[in-house]
Amino acid sequence: MTAVPPAQLARTAGPSAGMTRFIRPILSEYFVLVLCVLYVAAIYPFVPEIVTWGVWSNILSDMMPLLVVAIGQTFVLIVAGIDLSVTAIISMAAVVGASVMTGNGGYLGGSALAVPVAVLAMLIVGLGIGAINGLSVVKLNMPPFIVTLATRMFVAGAAIWYVTFHSTSSSIAGLPDAFTGFATGSLAGLPYTVIVAGLIAVAAHMLLSRTRYGRWIYAVGANPKAARVSGIPVERTILMTFLISGACASVAAMMYASRMQTGSPIAGENILLDVIGAVVIGGTSLFGGKGKIVWTVFGVLFLLILDTSMKLLGASLFAIYIIKGSVILLAAMMDTLRNRILTER
Amino acid sequence: MADGTMPLLEVEGLRKSFFGVTVLHDVGFSVKPGEALGLVGENGSGKSTSMNILGGVHQPDAGEMRLDGKPYAPADPKAAIAAGVAFIHQELNLFQNLSIAENLFVDAFPRRGGLLPLIDRKAISARTEAVLKEVDLHMKPSTEVARLSQGERQLVEIAKALSRNARLIIFDEPTTSLTRPEVERLFAIIERLKQRGIAIIYISHALEDVMATCETITVLRDGHLAGAGAAKDLSLQQIIAMMVGRSIDTIYPQRSGTTGTEVAFSVSGLTQPGVAENIGFDIKAGEIVGLAGLMGSGRSELARMIFGLDSFRSGRIEIGGKPLSEPTPVKAMEAGIAFLTEDRRGEGLLMDFTIAENTVLASLRDVAGAFGILDGGKIAKVSLEMASAMRLSTDKVGEVKVKHLSGGNQQKVVIGKWLRRQPKLFILDEPTRGIDVGAKQEVYRIINGLVERGSAVLLISSEIEELIGLSDRILTISRGEITGSFDRRPFDREAIMTAAAGLTARLEAAL
Repeated sequence: MTAVPPAQLARTAGPSAGMTRFIRPILSEYFVLVLCVLYVAAIYPFVPEIVTWGVWSNILSDMMPLLVVAIGQTFVLIVAGIDLSVTAIISMAAVVGASVMTGNGGYLGGSALAVPVAVLAMLIVGLGIGAINGLSVVKLNMPPFIVTLATRMFVAGAAIWYVTFHSTSSSIAGLPDAFTGFATGSLAGLPYTVIVAGLIAVAAHMLLSRTRYGRWIYAVGANPKAARVSGIPVERTILMTFLISGACASVAAMMYASRMQTGSPIAGENILLDVIGAVVIGGTSLFGGKGKIVWTVFGVLFLLILDTSMKLLGASLFAIYIIKGSVILLAAMMDTLRNRILTER
Repeated sequence: MADGTMPLLEVEGLRKSFFGVTVLHDVGFSVKPGEALGLVGENGSGKSTSMNILGGVHQPDAGEMRLDGKPYAPADPKAAIAAGVAFIHQELNLFQNLSIAENLFVDAFPRRGGLLPLIDRKAISARTEAVLKEVDLHMKPSTEVARLSQGERQLVEIAKALSRNARLIIFDEPTTSLTRPEVERLFAIIERLKQRGIAIIYISHALEDVMATCETITVLRDGHLAGAGAAKDLSLQQIIAMMVGRSIDTIYPQRSGTTGTEVAFSVSGLTQPGVAENIGFDIKAGEIVGLAGLMGSGRSELARMIFGLDSFRSGRIEIGGKPLSEPTPVKAMEAGIAFLTEDRRGEGLLMDFTIAENTVLASLRDVAGAFGILDGGKIAKVSLEMASAMRLSTDKVGEVKVKHLSGGNQQKVVIGKWLRRQPKLFILDEPTRGIDVGAKQEVYRIINGLVERGSAVLLISSEIEELIGLSDRILTISRGEITGSFDRRPFDREAIMTAAAGLTARLEAAL
């Protein structure tokens, strides 16, 4: 071993000095954001379009619904649960909302109340399915994986069936302009969807980091027994996370339906793994007790930059899947590595 | 050597440092075949490091070890086992999903002849049966370890050591999770091991056990050798004085103030089939009631029912004159009950969270404003107050995670978290388990302070000395029934232990 000045030794009791220099960025909160920047820089020579406004406005508009669902999922993951039903909720909320407000014979078609009532109905769908998930988990003691897998299949099927009563085609079209304006309109240059997703992200961040309920969530995820002994209403806390996840999925349904101007029963079908993958890439642990909204924002951003750049490169769909899969695996490995380093300290 | 026997193991001038901090300074001891050496010291005194060096986990920086007169320097745990040194850890290292026999031979399954890698089940079974007999465990070799009690598992560990021809067996805190009969059985086995010429190193906080089992005692303090001698020449007070480096006149501090007359807490007719049978008692304000009972007697279960963690069929609980019906932890806390559970790591603390986060966990409402938004400044202030009141080893409450604290300091955080709520009744289940003498005294001081301010305390402990030293009154519980009530000093130690063991009833029946 070469001589190391004693002062430096004292500062880095633990891993050696060289290791620390290497490790610090991995442990940093902004690791995934740094990764995004590095990735864009690396891919720039091949697809210079990646830094144009057109591409970025696309990334942003694709990102918003995904981000909102991922925020809800973050809550569930922190209490060591998982919500596989989110995409089915998106489908169900989209078709229910459309059936209320469509101009082609909707329940309130043409009425001034159509849009507000439809929005309310969509939220109720999300909260209702979230309540079923949450109550099954806390009252019947069933594993969240099985519960939400079952509601996912049931609700996805029911959404398609529901359309057959309201439309002759496979989806419900004819949504009013007041609703589709949500996807196209903007305020002071910011699209409505970005504003809504931003507000939800800020509220979720505050809830988790600054409130009593946030502490409950982390405590329940880290050690439900200790949480119970400390007087934390464990069941209520878990139930709330599923309600939040359901409501977030409903908001995502509004974004998708307004963009497609249709209530489609397969609206969010393909995004489930992207959602969970993005949250994990961000650094939220599947084992519970650890996770942050900022991490989720970075995770979703990274996944979408990756996706967009691959499409710009002209990669085929299967190649994109292979690459996304590898990145998610890498993120999970990074999480394990990060945990190991932190426990050794 | 005076009696001419050569020591089996000799250790001299052992030195070890981690990251520039010396944790062992010239430590030496020896143990003869057929004898037990008791190794005692507070947490952090260097016991574990010494034993990890013996077991091949760490390598010493300096020093010499000889086994049977020959140099002994195990490169890894495997080499230590091969040399005949077995280490029975506090947390047992058995595969619960495997059978006893499979656990014994898991690193070297005997093969059947032939090309296929088949295990010779008959051979393991026969060899297991033989070695189980030696430790007095009459079980089938095919029994799954998950079905054994803690004491039986320990016997399996000993059997495992014997099956590998161990000549020196190191026990680290072997009695912490055993019931008293299991402890007696363990001691009998240790005697038998000694008669076979096996040397023992026995590490424990339970000094009475050490004195009863060991021929010689070595005391470590802060990595130094603090004293050594024959067990029969040393008194408990002398050993404690060596451990803490100052003489302690009384382990149990005197309490000022007197017990009130007003009943703070009462329970009556508490019944849950198989767990509690018509339990009733009351505690006055400023009174400590001790609850003595064996493990599984219902002592911890009683506490859990009062706090609303376990359910019960019938019974009435009153606190501060108000009934507490169908308790849940939330309701119990609102009524003024605090509960320190026996499982500090599993139920008391969030190990990965900071001291501050743990401190306010049970009183989040006090540090939250409108919409439940937490007041960071208040959390920091409250946690710092707790740290100084509890004399915590650090004041970096917002940075240090509790998993990095010593056992004693962790326990202070749990107590501090509950004291924040100024409980009317504080239930303490094994408040000093696994913490060193110095920290124990601190905990006793805190309990006394609490009682002086008028709280009622229900103290559960498997250390009878602790109950006698602290309680105003002791209740004994056996098989879910209160079997006796003993008034303040002088407590009749024998009678309490007999009643706690549930023997009175049987003795009377026999007469």
